[in-house]
Amino acid sequence: MWARWWMACRVGAIALLLLAPMVGAVLSGYQIETHWQRPLWLALAVTVGTFFCSWLLQHIGWFDRFGGRAASSTPAVTIGQSGPRPLWILLAMALAIALPFVVGKYGMSVAILALIYILLGLGLNIVVGLAGLLDLGFVAFYAVGAYTYALGYHYWQLSFWLALPLGALLAGLFGMVLGFPVLRLHGDYLAIVTLGFGEIIRLVLNNWVAVTGGPNGVSVVFPTLFGLEFNRRAKQGGTPIHEFFGISYSSDHRAIFLYFLLLAVVGLLIIMVIRLKRMPIGRAWEALRENEVACRSLGIHHVTVKLSAFGLGAMVGGIGGVFFAALQGFVNPSSFTFFESAYILAIVVLGGMGSTTGVIAAAMVLTVLPELLRDFSDYRVLSVGIAMVLMMVWRPRGLRQRRRPFFALPTAAEENRAAALVPGVDGR
Amino acid sequence: MDIYIFGQQLVNGLVLGSTYGLIAVGYTMVYGIIGMINFAHGEIYMISAYLTAIFLALLAGFGLHSVPVVLLLVLLCTLFLTALYGWSVERIAYRPLRHSNRLAPLISAIGISLILQNYIRISQGARNQGVPPVLEGVWRIPAQAVEQQFVQITYQQSLIVITALASMALLTWVIHHTALGRACRATQQDRVMANLLGVDTDRIISVVFVMGAAMAAVAGMLVTLNYGSFDFYIGFLMGIKAFTAAVLGGIGSLPGAMLGGVVLGLAESFFAGFVNSDYKDVFAFSLLILFLIFRPSGFLGVPEVEKV
Repeated sequence: MWARWWMACRVGAIALLLLAPMVGAVLSGYQIETHWQRPLWLALAVTVGTFFCSWLLQHIGWFDRFGGRAASSTPAVTIGQSGPRPLWILLAMALAIALPFVVGKYGMSVAILALIYILLGLGLNIVVGLAGLLDLGFVAFYAVGAYTYALGYHYWQLSFWLALPLGALLAGLFGMVLGFPVLRLHGDYLAIVTLGFGEIIRLVLNNWVAVTGGPNGVSVVFPTLFGLEFNRRAKQGGTPIHEFFGISYSSDHRAIFLYFLLLAVVGLLIIMVIRLKRMPIGRAWEALRENEVACRSLGIHHVTVKLSAFGLGAMVGGIGGVFFAALQGFVNPSSFTFFESAYILAIVVLGGMGSTTGVIAAAMVLTVLPELLRDFSDYRVLSVGIAMVLMMVWRPRGLRQRRRPFFALPTAAEENRAAALVPGVDGR
Repeated sequence: MDIYIFGQQLVNGLVLGSTYGLIAVGYTMVYGIIGMINFAHGEIYMISAYLTAIFLALLAGFGLHSVPVVLLLVLLCTLFLTALYGWSVERIAYRPLRHSNRLAPLISAIGISLILQNYIRISQGARNQGVPPVLEGVWRIPAQAVEQQFVQITYQQSLIVITALASMALLTWVIHHTALGRACRATQQDRVMANLLGVDTDRIISVVFVMGAAMAAVAGMLVTLNYGSFDFYIGFLMGIKAFTAAVLGGIGSLPGAMLGGVVLGLAESFFAGFVNSDYKDVFAFSLLILFLIFRPSGFLGVPEVEKV
């Protein structure tokens, strides 16, 4: 008991030392304003918090139940049946389809943004979660997609439907060109190279004013549906959609259109990822993530396999970018900062790296929650950072044990024998 | 080419390069010992800039105006607290992940980086901060020059280069000639074996983080005194640049960090002076990518062999 208080007090003392100048003395001009109570209260909170956390962790065994340090020694992939039940999938689909008719205009814009983040999260999840490559410049591919549409329209009147595959291809190409040389190296280098690449793209977009418009950005036209426009009057030489169907004009139409289009794309991507995970390439991704040396000695060509994941992720990022441009009607470099990459990474991490359901849930939480808690917007990024660290310390492999489909062994006896033959498969 | 512009860029490059080198030490030592990129290192540098400004203001508030005393006191306080920040970061975010998979510490580092940036943004405000000029004065070569025909070296700039060299010399001496340094080198060569032979490797890893943070603190203080202005976002750019310097010099190598810093500083400075200053960051990042592709072991590093 006293030992624990003593430990908590030491932690509190260090916290006080760290906090006192930073929180207690606020710079204003060349002077400082002092707030001596604030670090004291915070340090007290840290002391008491440390004490109770340590007490809880020991007595309730909460730490162990949630995995704790043991998490790293348990196998990453356990054998069993996969995924959520069909009933849940149907329910989620019904909800997603009913949503535009329930929420208002504001709700729709949040929902579209959430879908874009789901798309980006799923794209990055292929790279980070499945293949285990840390991509810190994902926003670069997002920017490539967005600017493909924006500049394509600006210079060549490129339509949304052409920009969509073109943006994906271009982003994928950028990913391949960047990834090919770097993926041969030690994994960590990829993180810093992608980080640098993200900044290069942003700086070029910002500084190359003659082509990209620099910080002023480029405006984007809203997509059309088979030549039908979503404006009140036709501006692009087509027919406005409300005249075609003989209904009255509503500005909600464009949101509903974009929503369902995105929903379809996200649905396709989910199906694709689920299929890919079962295919040899998906298994090779996960195997490479777990042990690269073993994979290479088994004849998997690591560069090609990693490159396929990296390129695919980049393509999804490009698609997300085209949609983002269409949603905003305007793109400029300030949407593509490193913070955006970190936020998408946070979605993947909090979703439990590799889990499709988790990524979708995390993307929804991370877009809807900040909208609900606007008063605390200052603390948004701070909490995302704390959540990322906590997640890594406690459950580096995600909240849920990941399962993946397999060819079931017929009997328990055979399974035991197989497990005995292949040490490690049964989790030791 | 104008010899004076060339000389001026040379001076600027050396000054910039020595700060890059100081920060690169933190990356290179941590990478050498636990094989991980400490993405939060740039934020440690940013924190030291804030601490410098805070202690300068505090000491001025106490009525201390003797320049050497103020600089020494600010250096000591900033060094101590920044090192404590470095130690805490290691303790909270990296030590629990020592035996985790390869990706976990990197992601946790990104998390810490977001935390530190926003901790400063919330506590100190998002606006640009500044410090008053402390050390004023310039040397001009030649001394009796007419109309831009000279190379100018400010006292601040010479202080940066001298302090950087002195800290690097001190660090090199510590690493090569003390028991602590021997333990560091042993841990870098083989962590398990060093542990078996009685080296407390966890403590050594902490020490390495503290040393890296202390070097970043020196750089943060010098740069803050020189440029006078900073905000909570400076750590990001400086972090990537310093990492580039570490890669250029050969990651894991201590003299390499300084060499890489100077080379990067000079390259960037000449690029900004003679080619295009808008794209100097793009140039630095391209240099990083090119080096990783064509010579990942840098100038002084040894090629990496993956052990099973």
